Amino acid sequence: MAVPVHYYIIVSALLFAVGVLGVLTRRNAIVIFMSIELMLNAGNLSFVAFSKALEGLDGQLFVFFVMVVAAAEVTVGLAIIVTLYRNWKTIFVDEVRLLKG
Amino acid sequence: METAWVIPALPFAGFLINGLWGRRLAKKFVGWIACGAMGLAFLSALRLFWILLQEAPSLRFWEPVYYTWIRVGDFHADVSFLIDPLSMVMILVVTGVGFLIHVYSVGYMHEDPGYARYFAYLNLFASAMLVLVMANNLLLMFVGWEGVGLCSYLLIGFWYEKRSASDAGKKAFIVNRIGDFGFLLGIFLTFWTFGSLNFREIFQAAVAGFSAGDAVLAGITLLLFVGAMGKSAQIPLYVWLPDAMEGPTPVSALIHAATMVTAGVYMVARCSVLYALAPFSMGFVAMIGCTTAVFAASIGLVQNDIKRVLAYSTVSQLGYMFLGCGVGAFVAGIFHLMTHAFFKALLFLGAGSVIHALSGEQDIQRMGGLRAKLPVTFATFLMGSLAIAGIFPFAGFFSKDEILFETLMSGHGVLYALALGGAALTAFYMFRLVFLTFFGESRLDPHAAHHVHEAPKTMAVPLMILAALSLTGGWIQLPGIEGGRVFGRFLEPVFHEATAILGHHGAAHPPLWLEGALMGVSVAVALAGIFAAYRWYIKDPQRPVRMAQRFSRAYRWLFHKYYVDELYQAAIVDPLKQAAETTHQWVDRRLIDGAVDGTGSVFRSLSGAVRRIQTGLVHHYALSVLAGACLLVLFVMAL
Repeated sequence: MAVPVHYYIIVSALLFAVGVLGVLTRRNAIVIFMSIELMLNAGNLSFVAFSKALEGLDGQLFVFFVMVVAAAEVTVGLAIIVTLYRNWKTIFVDEVRLLKG
Repeated sequence: METAWVIPALPFAGFLINGLWGRRLAKKFVGWIACGAMGLAFLSALRLFWILLQEAPSLRFWEPVYYTWIRVGDFHADVSFLIDPLSMVMILVVTGVGFLIHVYSVGYMHEDPGYARYFAYLNLFASAMLVLVMANNLLLMFVGWEGVGLCSYLLIGFWYEKRSASDAGKKAFIVNRIGDFGFLLGIFLTFWTFGSLNFREIFQAAVAGFSAGDAVLAGITLLLFVGAMGKSAQIPLYVWLPDAMEGPTPVSALIHAATMVTAGVYMVARCSVLYALAPFSMGFVAMIGCTTAVFAASIGLVQNDIKRVLAYSTVSQLGYMFLGCGVGAFVAGIFHLMTHAFFKALLFLGAGSVIHALSGEQDIQRMGGLRAKLPVTFATFLMGSLAIAGIFPFAGFFSKDEILFETLMSGHGVLYALALGGAALTAFYMFRLVFLTFFGESRLDPHAAHHVHEAPKTMAVPLMILAALSLTGGWIQLPGIEGGRVFGRFLEPVFHEATAILGHHGAAHPPLWLEGALMGVSVAVALAGIFAAYRWYIKDPQRPVRMAQRFSRAYRWLFHKYYVDELYQAAIVDPLKQAAETTHQWVDRRLIDGAVDGTGSVFRSLSGAVRRIQTGLVHHYALSVLAGACLLVLFVMAL
């Protein structure tokens, strides 16, 4: 009694939409970061779902890659946020706009 | 002679040593290096002279080739020397007089902080001058020609902290550039005509392929003479030489009297074959020379700066040399060049000794009565003055008289009369100088009068040697007697071809009585000049003042040097400056700067429009990434 694959796709799409909304609307850099993680994991979910449905291992292999990349990204990203806080005493991204043209 | 290269190399080595390490060496050592290099060069030159004399007269012609500098097709320019009697005379004069002036400088420049720099320049000058006179082709000669010009500039502006000195240096350089430009065009035309720059090849081709009066040869010789006008300070390019007196006095003696300024005369004599084939250029050279001789002498009559009088006298004497060359008497021109090197160097060094004794005073109106205080300087200066005035038996008598004689013999009666008048002026202004400086009441500044001292040995000995040369230097050309005219016979192989083309001189020497009578006339004219100076400046010292008042207009013209400097300023310098200023304003400021600034501002305003996209807000960037992704998806799906 397997769950049909399109259920997974819907959940994955919802998760991705939540992530996008989070990135676009939140000011707090850490929350934006978490939202990016949501989007990545939405991708992972569909990978795994299709891997199961198509009975291939490629998708699961990709998921490992994504998880490694995400872990690396977290370390770099958090370091940037810490540095940002040290220098600006804020982690609100709309207050940091030196690149304004 | 293979080792001739050491003659210019020795002073160059001195230049390198003093130029690179001079400031860290002891003063005594610097002086020894500089004088030693020149002394050794003089000894080498004597040795070369001795070897040259061993050859038969017709074989006294060597061309040692050291290095092929440029080789293009058939054309080649070598670093190669030409040793013949003419260049030998020049080498001996440059190294000999140069050595004496180096020694003199040791005493004269002793207090100067730029001691090592001075000797480095002086050695470099000697080296460049030797390259100039020893070169066997026009290109290498031009290298030396520019080298001496550079050293002249450096030494005129030696005391560069003084505005007038650095200005004078620039003036000398720029006026010389005008002449050099003509010289360079002459070299180009020579190459275009003959395909070679080697003197021997040019002369052979000219004699073989051209008849007298050919327009191309006239063009070449006139262009080369423009170079000589600049270097040897002839009308209209003489204006730099009087100002060049801003340099140290030994420099005036070496560069601006004895050697460098005679380079033009040497060049004309070297190219005697070309000039002989261009009668128009010969006439032009003679005319310019004669005019300059009288013109400069007339300015010299009323100048009050001791060095300036001598400077105008140099311009005038150079005019005589060109007159000699122009009438075909190349031997006489070179002879006068040599004797002039002796007595004019002596006069300048004597003037330097006076200036040195008076702590820098140069105005002859504020001298007087120095005869007793400076006996050596007085005696030698007097001998130099007698030599330049042309009194028998001093050197200047023989050489100047020979020029006058040859001028008359070649049928230039008007030029002869003018030159004779110039000789009277020469005697007058020289003895005006002598009387005002050494005779009469002392008009010294009491402060300066206190310190008056005779020159030290290093300065006095060169004066005495030069005085001896000024007395005896002319005797080598004693005429008339069988076996006489040693100097002329020595140079004969060099000018043989030119005199053959010109077709006079040679066996038919004019009668001795005519030569004697003309000599009598020359001496009488010179004595008249001296006597007039005596009447004006010793017997009746108020007379010059009265005359200046009576002929105030003429006096003003002479005193202001015919306003030539002012004329050049108004006619050439100011319009050029104005043109440069206009160009600067319109072309530089508006056109070029405008184009550059315009490019910048166009891109600036374009970028101003699109820079608003960069808000600096992460959200906006993220949104545009999302929009882009959506568009891509739609695009893929639409396919």
